[in-house]
Amino acid sequence: MLDWLKSPILTFQEFVTLAGRASLNVFRRPFYGQDLFLQMDTIGVGSLPITVLIGFFSGVIMALQMSRALSQYGATGQVGQITAITLVREMGPVLTALLIAGRNASGIASELGSMKVSEQIDAMRALGTDPVKKLVTPRLLAMCVTLPLLTIIADFVGIVGGYMVAVPLLRLTTGSQYWNNAWRSLEYNDIAQGLIKPLLFAFIIALVGCLYGMRTSGGTQGVGRATTQAVVVASVWIFIVTALVTRIFVNL
Amino acid sequence: MARNEAKERKCILKFEDVSLQFDQASPVLDRVSFEIWSGETRIILGAAGAGKTVMMKIALGLLKASSGRVSVMGQDVTNFDEVQWYEVRSHIGVLFQEGGLFDSITIEENVAYPLLNQARFMTNGKKPTIDSVRPDVQEALNFVELGNTLNKFPSELSGGMRRRVGIARGSVADPDLFLYDSPTAGLDPITANTIIALLIKDREMRNTTAAIITHRFQDGHLMANFRYNPEKDHLERLPADSPLRERTKFMVMKEGQLVFEGSETELDASRDPYISKFSMHPARKVS
Ligand SMILES: Nc1ncnc2c1ncn2[C@@H]1O[C@H](COP(=O)(O)OP(=O)(O)OP(=O)(O)O)[C@@H](O)[C@H]1O
Ligand SMILES: [Mg+2]
Repeated sequence: MLDWLKSPILTFQEFVTLAGRASLNVFRRPFYGQDLFLQMDTIGVGSLPITVLIGFFSGVIMALQMSRALSQYGATGQVGQITAITLVREMGPVLTALLIAGRNASGIASELGSMKVSEQIDAMRALGTDPVKKLVTPRLLAMCVTLPLLTIIADFVGIVGGYMVAVPLLRLTTGSQYWNNAWRSLEYNDIAQGLIKPLLFAFIIALVGCLYGMRTSGGTQGVGRATTQAVVVASVWIFIVTALVTRIFVNL
Repeated sequence: MARNEAKERKCILKFEDVSLQFDQASPVLDRVSFEIWSGETRIILGAAGAGKTVMMKIALGLLKASSGRVSVMGQDVTNFDEVQWYEVRSHIGVLFQEGGLFDSITIEENVAYPLLNQARFMTNGKKPTIDSVRPDVQEALNFVELGNTLNKFPSELSGGMRRRVGIARGSVADPDLFLYDSPTAGLDPITANTIIALLIKDREMRNTTAAIITHRFQDGHLMANFRYNPEKDHLERLPADSPLRERTKFMVMKEGQLVFEGSETELDASRDPYISKFSMHPARKVS
């Protein structure tokens, strides 16, 4: 009767097992440092330009949208606060995560998927390496380090984007008021959720990418399927998790 | 001599009623039992989807049998965990059907991979360096006549060359058992025959026990009837009464079941329409 529930539950179980194994491997020898740095480079450095671009424009759009609403209430001086809070709490983490999911969950899934169908993952196990340790753990670690950093960069660039609109373009407020307002409005609570979210998203993106990649079957067609699924599933979970975390923080 | 041989002969791989089932579908492997003894060459024939690759992966611990027992080199490995399997696998060479070469690293690093990563080659928990294993890597690549490709990447080689790199990688750690999954599939007849010649040469030089999965009966025929002559560096046909012919045994898989096991002569004599499709004399099968 509950047959339709079986497959998602099994997948979730696999996800949890993989998360456990990959995390424990962080403390177990051998360490694959070279793979870690390679991944940090592809995920972090590789995503930097697009993150900056998206971060900047989300700040710009936020300030533009708010300018009308705020001027109705004669509160245009608050534009810094609104931009900073929305970016740090929600927009920065979620947009960056969605971007990285599109870019790297798919990249990871297709890379591991191709390795699966060309029997490279079997070959690893046959030749003495644990694929979880060699492939999953470096990607997970690299993601956990780079995604929060990218998010911080996106937040900052976004606030700069808001400044560009609010001060030189629309003259809603003065520069020092904008920055003061933005900076003072941020509480520990905001910073905390702004950093916890990217860390959780990092787990989701890296592990969903790896899981769907390593489960690939059915040749090159399967690789395409795994890639699509990884992006969709990671994106959905990003929204679910951000809703849950926000719910918790709203009550604090 | 005979007594001596009997003492040395060991059971390298043993399947007892091994079955494997994915989901609810019909079993992919259905109560398969066989033994491969040291020095033996086992030719595994069967149509696509018969379960040959699955069988090989069970022998390597990459898949777990649903039921039955598996022994490798006299050790019951049925309930081994992944860590225990690493030790077992380090004595088995393998050539994968899809190649399984790591395409992000060079040929040299590919061939060195087992030496650098298997626990058996570590001293005090430290990996050997790529420089220290280079002579072994070079020798393995020379054996497959690819000694000058060390710094190339797998994508830069032809299909036949990649197969040969796979053979070099499988044999570099001097395995007790070599599993070849479809070494000649998708190759032209000339390249296919050079690959088989390599396997014969490897058997003669290192006395390897091997299981060879193939669709081509000629592969088995060559393995059974030829030997490598190191003095003249070529293959020569074994005399008809040579006992060396007996070391090549054939088996045929059909839909997960083992439907034939025996010598080449017995295979040729089979009148079963499925089995005789894999023999040299298809014309004789019509009864
Ligand atoms: N991971 C898997 N999940 C489900 N079914 C599988 C899996 N791997 C193999 N099978 C099924 O098992 C059967 C046997 O597959 P196998 O790869 O062993 O065939 P084969 O004899 O090697 O064929 P070929 O000569 O084409 O390589 C096939 O029907 C295949 O669909
Ligand atoms: Mg196969």
